[in-house]
Amino acid sequence: MDEPVLVDCRDVDTFFGTHHVLKRVSLTIRYGETVGLVGESGSGKTTLGRAILGIGPVSSGRILFEGVDIAGVPPRERRGNAAAIQAVFQDPYTSLNPSMTIEDILTEPIVARGMATRAEAATRVRALLDQVALPVDAAGRYPREFSGGQRQRIAIARALGLSPRLIVCDEPVSALDLSTQARVLDLFVEIQERTGVAYLFVSHDLAVVRHISHRVAVMRGGEIVEFGECDQVTARPRHDYTRRLLLAAPVADPDRQAARRAELRAMSMKA
Amino acid sequence: MSEVNSVPLAPPTAPGREHFVRSVLLNPLGLAAVVILVVVVAAAVFAPLLAPFDATAVRIFKVNALPGEGYLLGGDGAGRDILSRLIYGTRNTLLGALTVVVVACAIGVTAGLFAGYYGRRLDLVASWIFDALMALPAIIVLLALYQSLGSSIYLSMVVFGVLLSPGFYRLTRNLVQNVKHELYIDAARVSGLSDLRIMRRHILLVIRAPVVIQIAIVAGVAIVIQAGLEFLGLGDPSVPTWGGMLQDAFQNIYVTPLSLIWPGVAIGLTVMAFVLLANAIRDRMQSGGAAPARAVRREPARSGSSAMAAPADPDIVLDVRDLVVGYPDGGRDREVVTGVSLQLRRGEGLGLVGESGSGKTQTAFAILGLLSPGGRILRGSILFGGRDLAGLPEAGMRELRGRRIAYIPQEPMSNLDPSFRIGFQLVEPMVTVLGISRAEAKARALRLLARVGMPDPERTFRSYPHQISGGMAQRVLIAGAIACNPDLLIADEPTTALDVTVQAEVLDLLRDLQAEFNMSMILVTHNFGVVADICHRVAVMKDGAIVETNEVRELFAKPRHQYTRMLLDAVLEDGDTRAYTPRALPEVA
Repeated sequence: MDEPVLVDCRDVDTFFGTHHVLKRVSLTIRYGETVGLVGESGSGKTTLGRAILGIGPVSSGRILFEGVDIAGVPPRERRGNAAAIQAVFQDPYTSLNPSMTIEDILTEPIVARGMATRAEAATRVRALLDQVALPVDAAGRYPREFSGGQRQRIAIARALGLSPRLIVCDEPVSALDLSTQARVLDLFVEIQERTGVAYLFVSHDLAVVRHISHRVAVMRGGEIVEFGECDQVTARPRHDYTRRLLLAAPVADPDRQAARRAELRAMSMKA
Repeated sequence: MSEVNSVPLAPPTAPGREHFVRSVLLNPLGLAAVVILVVVVAAAVFAPLLAPFDATAVRIFKVNALPGEGYLLGGDGAGRDILSRLIYGTRNTLLGALTVVVVACAIGVTAGLFAGYYGRRLDLVASWIFDALMALPAIIVLLALYQSLGSSIYLSMVVFGVLLSPGFYRLTRNLVQNVKHELYIDAARVSGLSDLRIMRRHILLVIRAPVVIQIAIVAGVAIVIQAGLEFLGLGDPSVPTWGGMLQDAFQNIYVTPLSLIWPGVAIGLTVMAFVLLANAIRDRMQSGGAAPARAVRREPARSGSSAMAAPADPDIVLDVRDLVVGYPDGGRDREVVTGVSLQLRRGEGLGLVGESGSGKTQTAFAILGLLSPGGRILRGSILFGGRDLAGLPEAGMRELRGRRIAYIPQEPMSNLDPSFRIGFQLVEPMVTVLGISRAEAKARALRLLARVGMPDPERTFRSYPHQISGGMAQRVLIAGAIACNPDLLIADEPTTALDVTVQAEVLDLLRDLQAEFNMSMILVTHNFGVVADICHRVAVMKDGAIVETNEVRELFAKPRHQYTRMLLDAVLEDGDTRAYTPRALPEVA
């Protein structure tokens, strides 16, 4: 493991009041890698993502980004590549300000970081829209004129504006229709292969995570119960909880699903 | 002062700006209000040009003169031209109102922004101060200040502005609290925007329309209060104002009663214009840009051919034929379900699958008779238990729902009333629908709670909805749905909001109950895994029509329709995982 590590979370603890939401969480993300983070609601997966983004609290522990500790440092005070860490959120309907044009939305990160004047930013918008396969005339329109999948493309374009090394994706496809979901996932993969950006891909859906990840971490009750290569975790899980999670997701095949159901029931009996 | 706080708090679906202004102007009342306000403001600005005489010039022989004789609207008690005073009075009255609005808005909106955004202690202290301000009796404070500070109406208006600022504070604070958890605010923070810029760029955009409404209302209130104070003689007598003119006219009411009308009309029209403008903007915000949808009564559809041509097969519980559901859209009906036919046997589970907008939920709601306002069944028939539900009046539907047709919603929590105990919410419908005693209903509810897998039925019975989890809430709703042994259960995405392990348990429960009660079930879902798990037959919908109905095994093994195949291909199946190739460190920028 001499490969350079982009993100190195070490023993991250987070308390909300007396509630222990992250318990000594350690996780690494390599350059250009997708790490899937699965878990059920309340498992702390979103909290970890927000901690890395700098918009959620860290009580103790370190989050090293290219060697620099960014735990607890708000985005505005981050420097260098850490300042470029971006996010794509779950709900494409509330992650875009309804009263701003697409151009204003896309130029926001660029202008906020003082990386370009408004005029330069405008030319950047064309390139960004092109990257996510949206027409150039989208720039002057408002979010409400776009479908869910298109809005998520806009959110991805916004995240790409600063040429980030890391994008934290919090359930980015779970609000989308099946066919749209597949296309947006393909876009994520394609962008990664082209730009070398790394993703922390937070999702409750193991199938989605398996499709896009190189490595997968499984969270439960604020702890990472299993972290390993994607195929191993999603096909031959070692931890009982991962196995239950895997079996609980119904598959689109009546006979295989019946078998899985029986297996899950047997597991629950034992437990 | 409470009337100034009654402004809608919902964040607007803020449309483009020009669009917004245009649609406010298209509203006849909005246009009238704007025209009046433009005239009033023009009168104030161009007073020296418009006024035929000096507002303070006294002509003894014109004291209380009638309209027409040199003075168009007559003379006042001191022999001054009423028209000129009215025009100059506009200026002073508007300046007074402007003072109130600027002061109230500056204090209230600023404090509201910060208190709402940062919350915690700042919010606590600010709310305390503004609550105290609100408790002050405005008129008494103003009268007391007049005694100690003298006759400047502007000083009074500044103080009045401070007294009205809690309205702006509370409005802004609540709006900010609503939007600050929106994901786009998080995205802006991730982008590195400072708090001040987030407030300027994102939050002000959202709160501007409600604040403009509040400004219009407060301006109206300010004019009335100002006129009131001046009428009581608390203004500067050397400055012409509408309130001062009222006072003068009132003193001469027996000599020239007509003089009272002019300032009265000016005050009335201006205040009315402000309120109408506020209403026009509010209407625009609430309609969110769409033309106001008129609620159309659910009319019985004409079901000419379906006159009880019911199939002889007694096994068929539900027979839907050529169902068309429409919503009014600009004078015509927009069809969201365009001719759906499906049949359901006793004890059969039918999956209704499709993507968003395919009409699957509308089909289910049409069967339940629960279409959203405006929606109605345009054509077709829904045969259930020998009756055509498509033509059934609401009363008949109510009788069937909960007794023979049950419903399980997608969001369990929003279908439980947070202010009543779960027991009450289970018992009450049973008492009404089944006509059994309360004790009997309670015993039955406890049995049902145990049946749906509640570990401690007694405790759940006594709990409030917020005390149980989403999965438990869904079990409670299932218990309620099966309370009356329905023949047909319609479940709309019943597990979509649940965690996957909980989903598996709820699906297990539904499957067992369906077999146990030999219920027919329609399961609306977008998840093919759920379909494979629990359905016997599947109908795939697209653009309001069923493109394929098939046995569940057949559908997955040999999908007939192109669209079904496309959907199944989009299902992420256990293919190969991606291989990670270590990347060279990106070159240092």
